[in-house]
Amino acid sequence: MDVGVLMKLSELIHKPSIVPELEATDRNGVIRCLVQSLADHGAIDAEPVDAIVRAAITRERQGSTGFGKGVAVPHVKHSSITKMTATIGRSSHGVDFAALDRAPVYIIVMLLSPAEAPEEHLAAMERIFRYLQREKFRRFLRQADSQEAIIDLIDEVDELQDD
Amino acid sequence: MSLLTCGDGQTGSADGTSRASRDVTIPNKEGLHARPVMTFVDLAQKCQASVSVVNLSKRGEEVDGKSAMQMMLLEATQGSVLRITARGVDAAEAVAALAALVEAGFKTDSPQQPDG
Repeated sequence: MDVGVLMKLSELIHKPSIVPELEATDRNGVIRCLVQSLADHGAIDAEPVDAIVRAAITRERQGSTGFGKGVAVPHVKHSSITKMTATIGRSSHGVDFAALDRAPVYIIVMLLSPAEAPEEHLAAMERIFRYLQREKFRRFLRQADSQEAIIDLIDEVDELQDD
Repeated sequence: MSLLTCGDGQTGSADGTSRASRDVTIPNKEGLHARPVMTFVDLAQKCQASVSVVNLSKRGEEVDGKSAMQMMLLEATQGSVLRITARGVDAAEAVAALAALVEAGFKTDSPQQPDG
């Protein structure tokens, strides 16, 4: 199955877990906030939150997921995750993710994947970056200051995307 | 010292239009995920030549090998064949170094890191 073609961002992003204004100002705090939000809104179990946060931070230490242009996509493959899920956090002040271009990060997409599904994980990453590489989408996302605004933007770009 | 270096030699033609290309297979189980992409882009950015990559197994688009975001679009799983093409003075050297990186499963001589 070519999940890369079928998957829509709105199906991947757990909308209730979107954090339109991150209070955390550091990388680890942002990761914790986004994983916690996924648990608080029922996308994942609460029990493995600490383990997932630790794994995500360890992963960042091995190599930043700050891809440049104000975007980071921290991610974890974890045995407690049965269905891939993701959320978006937005920071108006910018967070240091030790990004490739050294610039602060304003849009953080947190992706949680099952442990043994590398193809699905790559398909989700492809989808996320297919959208994020659009300058306009990044700019609008950075300006979207409410959960509703971010959801509208995702739905809108999903409709435009037709490849 | 890593053997994966780029940009020191003068293997290209004087007019800077030298071109080199090579097909390589993704050997690692997790495929071309974020960390390998970062390693690849890091090396590609050290080359003077432009670097483009196509996933022949997916018949996808040609992406800029120096852009981490574009490289993630390749969606290259284990066994996928990538065509790496470089254009510029150090094209041959760039392709050799990048192909070696892929074939080594993106392992450089930096500290050991688990795949995934």
